[in-house]
Amino acid sequence: MAGTEERYDVIVVGAGHAGCEAALAAARLGLETIVFTVSVDSIALMPCNPNIGGSSKGHIVREVDALGGEMGKNIDKTFIQSKMLNSSKGPAVHSLRAQADKQEYTRQMRRTLENTQHLTIRQAEVCELLTEDAAGEEGREKTDRKKIRGVRTESGAVYYAESVILATGVYLKARCIYGEVSTCTGPNGLQAANKLTDSLLEHGIRVRRFKTGTPARVDRRSIDFSKMEEQFGDEKVIPFSFTTDPLTVQIEQASCWLTYTNEKTHAIIRANLHRSPLFSGTIEGTGPRYCPSIEDKVVKFPDKDRHQVFVEPEGNYTNEMYLGGMSSSLPEDVQVAMYRTVPGLEHVRIVRNAYAIEYDCIDPNQLYATLEFKAIEGLFGAGQINGSSGYEEAAGQGLLAGINAARRVQKKEMIVLKRSEAYIGVLIDDLVTKENYEPYRMMTSRAEYRLLLRQDNADSRLTPLGYEIGLIDEERYRKLCQKEEAVRKEIHRLETTVIGVSKEVQDLLRQYGSTILKSGATLAELVKRPELSYEALKCVDEDRPFLTEEVANQVNIQIKYEGYIKRQQQQVNQFHKLENRRLDPDFDYQQIRGLRREAIQKLNQYKPISIGQASRISGVSPADISVLLVAMEGIQKECFT
Amino acid sequence: MQTETIAAISTAPGQGGIGIVRISGEQAVAIAERIFRMPSGKKLSDCASHTIHYGYIWNDGHTIDEVLLMLMRAPHTYTTEDTVEINCHGGVFVVKKVLETALQNGARLAEPGEFTKRAFLGGRIDLSQAEAVIDLIQSQNEYAWKTSLGQLKGNVSKKIQELRQKILYQMAFLESALDDPEHISLEGYAHKLMLLLKEYQAELKQLIASFENGRRMTEGIKTVIIGKPNAGKSSILNLLAGEERAIVTDVEGTTRDVLEESIVLDGISLRILDTAGIRDTEDIVERMGVERALYHIEDADMILYVIDASSGLDENDQRIWQKIEEKETIVLINKTDLTEEEEELLLVSKQLPQCLQKETPILFSAKEGRGLSELSAQIKERFFAGRIALNDQITITNVRHKRLLEEALQSLCLAESSIQNGMPEDFYTIDLMDAYAKLGQILGQEIEDDLADEIFQRFCMGK
Repeated sequence: MAGTEERYDVIVVGAGHAGCEAALAAARLGLETIVFTVSVDSIALMPCNPNIGGSSKGHIVREVDALGGEMGKNIDKTFIQSKMLNSSKGPAVHSLRAQADKQEYTRQMRRTLENTQHLTIRQAEVCELLTEDAAGEEGREKTDRKKIRGVRTESGAVYYAESVILATGVYLKARCIYGEVSTCTGPNGLQAANKLTDSLLEHGIRVRRFKTGTPARVDRRSIDFSKMEEQFGDEKVIPFSFTTDPLTVQIEQASCWLTYTNEKTHAIIRANLHRSPLFSGTIEGTGPRYCPSIEDKVVKFPDKDRHQVFVEPEGNYTNEMYLGGMSSSLPEDVQVAMYRTVPGLEHVRIVRNAYAIEYDCIDPNQLYATLEFKAIEGLFGAGQINGSSGYEEAAGQGLLAGINAARRVQKKEMIVLKRSEAYIGVLIDDLVTKENYEPYRMMTSRAEYRLLLRQDNADSRLTPLGYEIGLIDEERYRKLCQKEEAVRKEIHRLETTVIGVSKEVQDLLRQYGSTILKSGATLAELVKRPELSYEALKCVDEDRPFLTEEVANQVNIQIKYEGYIKRQQQQVNQFHKLENRRLDPDFDYQQIRGLRREAIQKLNQYKPISIGQASRISGVSPADISVLLVAMEGIQKECFT
Repeated sequence: MQTETIAAISTAPGQGGIGIVRISGEQAVAIAERIFRMPSGKKLSDCASHTIHYGYIWNDGHTIDEVLLMLMRAPHTYTTEDTVEINCHGGVFVVKKVLETALQNGARLAEPGEFTKRAFLGGRIDLSQAEAVIDLIQSQNEYAWKTSLGQLKGNVSKKIQELRQKILYQMAFLESALDDPEHISLEGYAHKLMLLLKEYQAELKQLIASFENGRRMTEGIKTVIIGKPNAGKSSILNLLAGEERAIVTDVEGTTRDVLEESIVLDGISLRILDTAGIRDTEDIVERMGVERALYHIEDADMILYVIDASSGLDENDQRIWQKIEEKETIVLINKTDLTEEEEELLLVSKQLPQCLQKETPILFSAKEGRGLSELSAQIKERFFAGRIALNDQITITNVRHKRLLEEALQSLCLAESSIQNGMPEDFYTIDLMDAYAKLGQILGQEIEDDLADEIFQRFCMGK
């Protein structure tokens, strides 16, 4: 059969949040890239909640931005409300969250993709992976590893590439369900990808079925907002992207609304549980515990007499409102009845029903931390196909997969982000190293070094790497260096400037309820006091240079939390020692005497790339790690002698 | 690549013998300097490598022991790191105290086999020995693990587990509020947590104190006297203890609980446990005694297996054989005063399983004191041949557990001071997590996804 045959460097399957970042990264690195989507109108679609960011997810967006990704810039252009969550708490848990204008978000991202050099957009369903046997490296036994060659679409067209990224989201054998209604489509009736799973299975890739859900969208005109609490955005908006001029985001913001379920709501749910496909067993997929449907919440937390409902606009140019907190797969009539028990929603009209969606995804243990498949060279997975959930988690993986897919073509060493460097590193390490039984969502508590992985310092942490990779331009990199230099200098000044016991100073201390000075103190010592801050000391600090807000903020945080930051830094140094001890992914652990059977089996299954990663695999004990260290040392010495 | 400085007792400390505390790593000399005083006032860091110094170990302004300290600088040491060896004289308790002092001053307790591991990684040990090193680490770990759990039988592990759960719950609450701030409020939580922390600290202090109290119990070679009822076990204990320690009657099953006595036999300290005679019995109290006896066999360092010469062997003896198969056992044929024929006595021993026939049994009479000197000679011989050793892993385990409890306590104190210093709530988790991890280490439990699981299980999350 004669058909189209084309050759690219990188193929991206899917143009959701992972696919967009992957395709942009690869193309921006100069590689000929093609991205496939089932619908060009649905690029960077937000089929669930209308927000970007949130606790820990906001961190990921900032990291994506710091590495040269697009999500932060795109939401800065299209947000309609923005909030810094947890702003009363420590800097490590400050998180930006913005309400997006969904349509606008999609449109802007599509425009960016369309105007990126080396990037081709193609609407087609990819049905098959094309592979060949991987050539065994010299001196090594031939493995049963495969190598990617390209993909075939439903029309029979063949596209060849060195690297292929699967970013299929929830579209593999997608099925949307509510009540007894079940349609074999993706979100919003979009065409599902029904054939690719079989190709994955044929290649020996383990596939499983996950489930997630979304609440109803309702007509704004049918809501009585007087019965709800209005929720405003922050007075001063902070942009997601380090490159966005803060002045450009001080826009007029839309409001969200808060209301609550009540006993009546819960009674209706309980009375109709038997009609839920979840409880009747129609749904087989594993759902997330952190984002339960309203029926889940009612069943699991029977003591709670009410649950929050956030009513959020889907955009500036639509009347559709999102009912956050009330996702459901109950039948349509039950949905209407239960929503109408909620204050303010008594006469609500549904525009789109709530539904659950089931989809195929892979067991991410089959990936390296580079997101490349262990069994198929050049094939990468990113986003929900890897068992994660969330737009931001998808974007982070997409970016890294795009970078590594490009680097593979360029024959450069692939990038792995460490747990101590980025939330994206934590996310990927958790996915590929731990057993995940539900869609994975990021949380700040998953990051053991979260004091170092702040959203405010994502640029310091990652922009130098982005520059090295080639996604950050010279100018942006130089700006960062200047900023860091300014922070360093100012901290030094504060640590060495002693302030005397003047009336002015004592008055200021009294004003903030702080203990007055007995003798002189450095400015840094005063900044450390919880009731004071860098900003508060401004009027007694005569030699203070003019600094941008960003710099001042860094100075304040780094001085105030110095003790804790140092402690974590020490832990990180310890952590790096094991992380930097590389393991050969092709090593057969059967060879090592003294490892317990379970450890051998797990190590051979996971093929960790470092001793550090090995130590995080469940079933590998500290004693096994000791044995491994000794054995590896032995093997290494043997190689040299 | 290792920078942490480690310390451990590197000899099995026997009564009257010398115990060595070894410290190895970058900070070894600095740590030693903090705890060691020379009469001359000289500083250890000024001293030359490979020299021996006389002085005292200090802790909290008190002298703990008079010691000889050996200073050896890298790289010509066993581990190839800076190494200090402290030769202590004051017996098991003091050696332990010296080790604790080193730990309080910055050393970390060495993992089983860690000195050897470092020696190997430092290139000190030949490659061909890699497997031996691995075996050592494995076996010591298994042993440490076994004793570690054995040590925690009873309510201690339960208490630690409960405390851990409480801490986990608080962390989960905090984290769910941080993750979903619009859902869960932390208002007033700092004050509440402060009170809880005080409670947890008190519980930990109590646990730590109980470790101090229990300490004397675990010193000496654990020697368990075992045999079927009325074989004369209690008489033997009395004979060894030199006093009427146990009640002795002709009635079978007189000893129902485990009696313990510490004695010194020719300079070797023994913890002798007299146990109930092994037999099937309907009597609940006696049955419990039998179970305890069997339990003590498991972690015994040495068994004194008593046979009644006058009644021969039966199925109760067979039950004992299974239990002591792999134990260092001395067979005592007791009540020889009732039979004159020596050959007849030895005939009994021919019916014993192979493993118990390797050594000639001792013909014993608790009544007449026959065989006592032979017994002490055999114990001594086996001790110096290294066949029986004081179970130093138990000592180490004890130190390790106590140290971890102290560290957990310290973490809770840090969490408390975070609250007092007005730090934001997310800082509390750092120290709570440390405390949680330390307590987990005592129980041999890793953290894994406990926190995420607890959050999802206890708190209703998500929009």
